Amino acid sequence: MSTKNWPLWEVFVRSKSGLEHRHVGSLHAADAKMAMENARDVYTRRQEGVSIWVVPSSAITASNPAHSGELFEPAQDKAYRHPTFYDLPNELKHI
Amino acid sequence: MSLNIDRLEQEFQAKIDAGHNIEPKDWMPEKYRKTHIRQISQHAHSEIVGMLPEGNWITRAPSLRRKVALLAKVQDEAGHGLYLYSATETLGISRDELFEQLHSGKAKYSSIFNYPTLSWADIGAIGWLVDGAAIINQVMLTRTSYGPYARAMVRICKEESFHQRQGYEIMLTLCRGTQVQKDMAQDALNRWWWPSLMMFGPRDAESTHTEQSMKWKIKRKTNDELRQQFIDITVPQAEFLGLTVPDADLKWNEESGHYDFGEIDWDEFWQVVKGNGPCNKERLDARRSAYENGAWVREAAMAYADKQEQKRLAEVG
Ligand SMILES: [Fe+2]
Ligand SMILES: [Fe+2]
Repeated sequence: MSTKNWPLWEVFVRSKSGLEHRHVGSLHAADAKMAMENARDVYTRRQEGVSIWVVPSSAITASNPAHSGELFEPAQDKAYRHPTFYDLPNELKHI
Repeated sequence: MSLNIDRLEQEFQAKIDAGHNIEPKDWMPEKYRKTHIRQISQHAHSEIVGMLPEGNWITRAPSLRRKVALLAKVQDEAGHGLYLYSATETLGISRDELFEQLHSGKAKYSSIFNYPTLSWADIGAIGWLVDGAAIINQVMLTRTSYGPYARAMVRICKEESFHQRQGYEIMLTLCRGTQVQKDMAQDALNRWWWPSLMMFGPRDAESTHTEQSMKWKIKRKTNDELRQQFIDITVPQAEFLGLTVPDADLKWNEESGHYDFGEIDWDEFWQVVKGNGPCNKERLDARRSAYENGAWVREAAMAYADKQEQKRLAEVG
């Protein structure tokens, strides 16, 4: 009986204007319009949002945790990218 | 090869011990994955099947206020089921397989939903006791080690407290009403009390999964600890209603700082788990028929979506 399953969509919600959209979860829907309607019903029943994005899960490219080393370690020894790296006298203000 | 697995398992356990969450694409032991598929899907099925006993009373709610509240609660439970199915799917199992497991009886759901809702007071008792017991378990699970499960729990916990309050308000209204109404509330408590205690599962000594679940931080408290916590919280609420908890052995223990309580009928517990509860068949039949009778809708929606997509592609052609 079962034919093709409804694809998976990722849902992003902006909780109020001025804030970014945040990933809140996922759902199945036949198309974008249905995904939007379902996202409204599943993820914003209590005014949790003012804007919704739905994205086909298959469109997302994710980093592989097995490669986290190559990806993220290079930032570890670059303390000079942080303000505290620079030695300035304490009596100096507003800097 | 097995040396490699040993090392991965050690790293995995170290990560959990350090309080880090496990995310879908992280390496995990096969047993951790399987245990989670079983547990999260069982939780999802419980939310979905749990709509049935309450749905029974939506059309007969005594006022519009009660009706909109019950409708909203039941809709929330559908949402909870969806959050949890999504979390389960991150472990590499499809929604269809999960439904198949429910419908074939391979997967379980909480036995509490195999009891019938005989009167309006049962809706009060369910919100108060069943959602109350669920909250105790779910608050603990907001700190479970698997990220998607923990996040679903945070969302669910935010929504649950309304469920319990609407239930307690129903009980309170009945208890402040006529003698007949109060009797109805007492009768509901009599029938729902013991099954609610059973919701926490077998005693620690008989629970096969507890040790591993604690080590992997799937659970953070044992069945018996959670059950005791529920009893300690709930007994004073029953007293406030002026109702009697149907347990002759229930007694405050000054020394332990907890209530002592009587023996649970574990025979009944296992009978209902095995499928011999009053409504097991009815519940599964309802789920199966919803799934089967909805098949044509799912297919039509997909066919329509495909057609629209073809049209769009032809236009941009
Ligand atoms: Fe729920
Ligand atoms: Fe609930």
